Order: sequence, then structure tokens, then C-alpha cells
Amino acid sequence: MSWFSKLTDGLKKSSSKMSASLTSLFTSKTLDAASLEELEDALIEADMGPKTAMAIAEELAAMKFDKESSQEAWRIALGQILVTRLTDVAQPLAIREDQSPHVILLVGVNGSGKTTTAGKLASHFKSQGKTVMLAAGDTFRAAATEQLQGWGQRTDTEVVTGQEGSDSAAVAYQAMQRATDAGIDVLIIDTAGRLQNRSELMDELAKIHRVIGKYDESAPHDSVIVLDGTVGQNALSQTKAFSEVAQLTGMIITKLDGSAKGGVVLALAEEFGLPVHMVGVGEQVDDLQSFTAQEFAAALVGVPQEALTQDQA
Amino acid sequence: MFDQLKDKFQSVFDGLSKKGALSEKDVEAALREVRMALLEADVALPVAREFIASIKDKAIGATAIKSVRPDQQVIKIVHDGLVELLGGDAAPLTIDVAPPAVILMAGLQGSGKTTTAGKLALRLKTRYKKNVMVASLDMTRPAAREQLRLLGEQAEVGILTEADNETPIQLARRALQVAKLKAHDVLILDTAGRLSIDAELMAELKQIKQETNPHEVLLVADALTGQDAVNTAQAFHEEIGVTGIVLTRMDGDSRGGAALSMRHVTGQPIKFVGVGEKQDALEEFVPDRLAGRILDMGDVVALVEKAAAAIEEEEAMRMAKRMASGKFDMNDFLNQLRQLQKMGGLGGILGMLPGIGKMQKQLNAAGIDDSLLKRQEAIILSMTKKERVSVGLLNASRRKRIAAGSGTSVQEVNKVVKQYQEMAKMMKRMGSKAGAAGLKAMMGGLGGGGMPAAGGMPQMDAEAMQKMASQLPPGMGGQQMLGKGLPGLGGLPGLGGLPSRGGKSKRKK
Repeated sequence: MSWFSKLTDGLKKSSSKMSASLTSLFTSKTLDAASLEELEDALIEADMGPKTAMAIAEELAAMKFDKESSQEAWRIALGQILVTRLTDVAQPLAIREDQSPHVILLVGVNGSGKTTTAGKLASHFKSQGKTVMLAAGDTFRAAATEQLQGWGQRTDTEVVTGQEGSDSAAVAYQAMQRATDAGIDVLIIDTAGRLQNRSELMDELAKIHRVIGKYDESAPHDSVIVLDGTVGQNALSQTKAFSEVAQLTGMIITKLDGSAKGGVVLALAEEFGLPVHMVGVGEQVDDLQSFTAQEFAAALVGVPQEALTQDQA
Repeated sequence: MFDQLKDKFQSVFDGLSKKGALSEKDVEAALREVRMALLEADVALPVAREFIASIKDKAIGATAIKSVRPDQQVIKIVHDGLVELLGGDAAPLTIDVAPPAVILMAGLQGSGKTTTAGKLALRLKTRYKKNVMVASLDMTRPAAREQLRLLGEQAEVGILTEADNETPIQLARRALQVAKLKAHDVLILDTAGRLSIDAELMAELKQIKQETNPHEVLLVADALTGQDAVNTAQAFHEEIGVTGIVLTRMDGDSRGGAALSMRHVTGQPIKFVGVGEKQDALEEFVPDRLAGRILDMGDVVALVEKAAAAIEEEEAMRMAKRMASGKFDMNDFLNQLRQLQKMGGLGGILGMLPGIGKMQKQLNAAGIDDSLLKRQEAIILSMTKKERVSVGLLNASRRKRIAAGSGTSVQEVNKVVKQYQEMAKMMKRMGSKAGAAGLKAMMGGLGGGGMPAAGGMPQMDAEAMQKMASQLPPGMGGQQMLGKGLPGLGGLPGLGGLPSRGGKSKRKK
């Protein structure tokens, strides 16, 4: 199954719902007030949040169509609006060759999928022929280290660990040393999940970030928030808070195959403009995939992605 | 709810202000703001829409409060509507049945089922003195079984040892047998979750439900859930019949709109909220607090309440005057009891004072709750009019009659009478110099005379009561104390949802 079809599958519920309301909408030349509101509602139900939904609906309302234009045309137009909004944020996680190691710090709230993402990233970079090291910075959750070690075994990657309950900044520092000494290409540092309003835990994260920077000024080269795709508008609050303590450079959105609506990606793009590096569309190792605007927009509005790619030229 | 509120406004406004009504335009403008707030809080769109429509009907034509903008008043009406919707049909867990009471935990993967099962076990054991057993029916995730075992050990409750080759159904059957054999009062069954709802999961849950006939089916859901909350809740409810909702991760800063969605589509009450990783971080659900959080317009709500309070103060003044003149009969005493109840009972008042919130648990544990006030009220209501004015009439046979009439005991009647007498004495002494000291004495009186836990309130009786008393202004005219007395309420971090006057309108008594 390609990731597009998985994503389409995952987003089917929201897109089919959107499709339904779009079908009834797109039969006239311009959108009247009532259909505009309906469109806005469909977008809100896809978790875009009221502000972004309103902005997008208005953007579409401003467009004019021929009388005979099919609802497919409307749909594609909407898709293109989404593509335009997402193109800038769709940026792969690029590993800098001049760094050894290139350090990726993974942060986020509990249960967003950081540890799994760390494992999948390790596998991803390994398959590109890079040497990878994992650091089990989550010294809080009892099973986290074992979970990461499991990924280490599966992907044949060294995992730097600390004692349960030990200082995770120390684990990060130790991992920096080990990775540097071993000439590793990519070091992925997992951290404990923390709710963004827990200031003492956020301070701890700031310290981890600082300690990494002490070892290598340019590190972490990527500070990535891992967001659960089923979370609603709280994703905005999470991103804002983590940006403040860990100077985020990008995001990875997981669980887009579940009951996720996906629309929050647009709200995030509108609010922060942070790169979306990858999306998780399943539990398999290769279900963590690069994010592309066309594929995502196509899955969300329910058109084949070629329809959106062609017009991008 | 709204009628109550309206009635209250009407009665206090009559003769005080010109009556105006909220116009459709006022209401619509305000509701647009409310809609935005609800959607940003992740309330599912259909739910938000329906809720707003119902509020609109209620708000148009409502009596306007002087000195408050119409939109502000609408927001207050919305807030009250939310409290009503969130808190209606609240019911305690059904656990007092022929043992074992079976509690089935259901929910999506990662919603916090297992953690909640562990927390619930601890709570039922310590708070309700139940002999609890937990059993994990999650055969897909060995880590989940391990986690529940650890939590069970920490809580020191019974744990079902699992065999690897059993099906969830077999396990459930065996759990029930073992619970019966070992005479457990409560059996908590943790089940497997899935990333999203699928037929297999539902079929399994259904079968487990048939097999175990649970008294409670608790849907555990993450407070961070977005628009999908409504679908999840609907699916679970349709398939297995949810009896209550547990909202987890409420210690985050999510606005928690998912709760409203789930409450709305299932019609089932929210029973608990998870507020942290520690095993005792499970709290009773407080509708008022969540309403404030979802709406996030606490300042406006407080403002309107203040305005209404200013008018009610008039009445409070009247009462204070009467007291100052030294007149105090059972009717006045009854009034005071009711004021206390309006403020959320003793526990409620204490809970609102800075620094005392933490003691709430101890208060609850000591049995200081509204039921005491309720019983005292019943006793007074069982007195004749004459008796209420002349308490001296109460001889032994009358007291016996009152006890029977109120469903209490003569001892309890005696306590109320004694309490009344102490207070009346104090009133007289106070005369015109009504002051904080009086209130302190009143509180002391309540604590010493009527409270079953007299002196047994751990670490707090004298000190905390004193602290509380010192924060309540003179007069004891309940509303007056409410209007001015609790400094900073509403502005307290984490108390955003509490109306500044202590939930005057939230309790239907």
C-alpha cells in the first residue's frame, strides 16, 4: 500500500464527509453565503480550527468559475488552495553532511509517538546508508528505554541509555560524545513526553537543549516536535510552548491513519509556518514518510493527486 | 436552569431596575463569539451548533441585567448552559451491588484506559473501602498487562494472573469467577484499544460485555481529542452502551471541548477526570470548572455575576440588619444553612479559598459534605412554624417527632438546636457590632456542634476555619459575603471556572 493510499484511507472519514458537503456546494458559479458557511463547517470538522477554515473558505469564495464548471473543478480549486498553503512547509528532514553527528532532538507531549518515531527515523536514515545512533533521553517512562532498545535491535543501531530516573540531559550529553567519537552521521535523541503546561518539565527540556548546544554550538540541527494527528486545536498550544523552550525547527505528525482528521496541519502551517518533515500513516517501519503538499491536500479533499500536481507547473 | 436563573434575576431586579430584555441582535452577536470559542476548544461542530441554537432560544427575551453589556450577559447564560449540560444526570458509580460490581473500561489506544483502571482501583479501595480486583483483557499488548499488574501492585488490590493462551472472553469469564470466589466487591476489566474504531474491537468488547454484564461501562477518552471525539463516543455508545465517561489528561492545557461532544452524543455523565501521572491523580468531575475552561471567558462570567451580586446585596443588607438587631430564630438559621449550600456547601467555600483546595480531599474524607447541611435543613423544615420562632417549645416528644419527620435521629435534632442556640446567643452578644469574630464563632459552632467529624478534620479544623473566617466579611448575610468577601476568586490560576461568587446559581437545591 502506498503511503498516499494509506493516508487517503486514514483521512477517508474526514475527506468523504468533506466530499459530501462539497458535492452539494459546488453546483453554482460562486459560493453564496450559506454554502460558504457549509464549506467552512466541513473544514472545521476536518480539525482545521475556525480561523483557518474561515480564511480558506473565503479564499475559495473569492474565486469565480464558469457556469458549467464541474464540482470536480471546485474540489481541485480547494485542493490547490491547500497545496499553496502547504508547499512551503513540506520540507524533508535534510541531513547535513558536514556535521558529525547531525543531531535530531525529538520533543512532544506524552503519547504522541516520539519513541516510535525515533525508531522509524533510525531505520529511514539507515536505509539511506547513513550511520545512526539513538539516545534514550526518556528516563522517566519505565518502558521507554526498552522500547527504544527494541528499535535499536531491529534496526541494528546503537542505543545510548541512562539509568531509569537519571538526568536525561546527561544521557543526551553522553550520546553526543559517543556519536562524535564514533563518527556517526545521525544522532537521534528521544526525550520524555511532557505536557506543555508543566513548567518544571519544560525547564528540564530547555536544559537538555542547552546541554546539547554546549557540546556542539550548531546542535541540535533539528529540533522536531512530534504531534499526534488526532489531537485537535491543542496542537497549536503544544507547538507554541515547545517552540519557546526547544527552538523548534520542524514537526512530524503521527497517527494520520487513525481517526485523525489531518486538518490541524493547515492550522499549524498558518500559525507557525514550521516545516512538516514527515507524517506517520501506520505502525510499520516504513509508514513514516516524507510529507508532500499535493499528496496530503489530494487525500484531504478527495481528488487524485495528479489533479493537483499538474497545475503546479 | 435558565428559568431558575431568570426567576432569580427577576425577583432581585423587581423594583430595582427598569426591566429590559435581550434582543435577538444582541444574542446573535454574542453567540458568534461563543461559537468561535467552542470550536477552538475542539467542541465538535454539530454539538456546538446544537448547543448554540438551544442557548439562542433561551437567551432571546431574557431580562437584561443593569450595568452589564448584553453580550456579556449572553456569555454568562452560555456558561450556565454549559454547566447544566455537562453536569446533568451526574451519578455516582454503581458499585453497591451484589458483588462483584463489574466496571468495564473501554476506549481508543493511548486514551489512558489502563492508567485509569489503576487509578480507579486505588480510589475505590481507599475512598470507598472496596475490595477491588483488576484484570487486563488486553491480549494484544503484553506491555498493557504488565502495566496494569504494576498499578495493581502499587494500589495493593487483587490482580488476575493471566495465562498467555487465553482469549479475552475466556479471561473475562475467569476474572468474574475469581472475583466471586475471592469475594471482591469490584472487578475492573481493562480492555484492548485500537488506534481507531474497528469492527473487530467492537465485536470483542460486545462479547466481553455480554459475558460479564458490567454495571458500569466507562469510556476513557483523551481530553486532547479533536473533532473526532464525537464519532468515537458515538461508535462506542451505539455498540456497547457507555454508562459514563472518564476524561484523561485534563492536567494539560487543552480546553477539553471533547468532553462536551461526548457528553452530548452519549447522554452519559462525565464521571472522573485524570489530572496527572500519579496514581491518585483522578478527580471527581466538576462541571463548572470545565465549562469555564471550554468557554475561556471567565472574566466576563465573573463580571456578570458581580453585577447580579451587587443587586442581591440589597437583600443581604436587610438580613444583616435583622441580625444586628439581635433577632435570630430558626428561620434565620435555615436561611444561613441555605446560603452555605448555595455557595457549594462548606467544602465548596473552603475549596475556593486560596491554599485550602488541597484539603478538599480531607474534607471529603471526613464526610463534611452537603449531605450534612441537607440533613440540618430537613430537621428545621420538620419543625412547625411556631417551633421555628420559639425554639423553647421543643420538648422531648416534639424532638422525637421532628427526628422521625426528617429521617434523622433525636441526637441530630439536639445538635441542630444546640447549634442554633449558640448562634443565637452570639447574635445577641454581637448586637450592632457584627464582625468577623461572629462569623468565626458561627463557623466554629458548625464545626463543633453539628459536624459529625467534630475535631476530626485532619490538620485543619481550627486553623483553616479561622483562616476561612478571617477572609469572610462581616454580616453573615450570605450574599453579601459572596459579593465582596472572597478576594481574587475567579482570577485564581486554575480556578478560572469557578464563578466569583461561589457558584450561586450552579446548584439546584
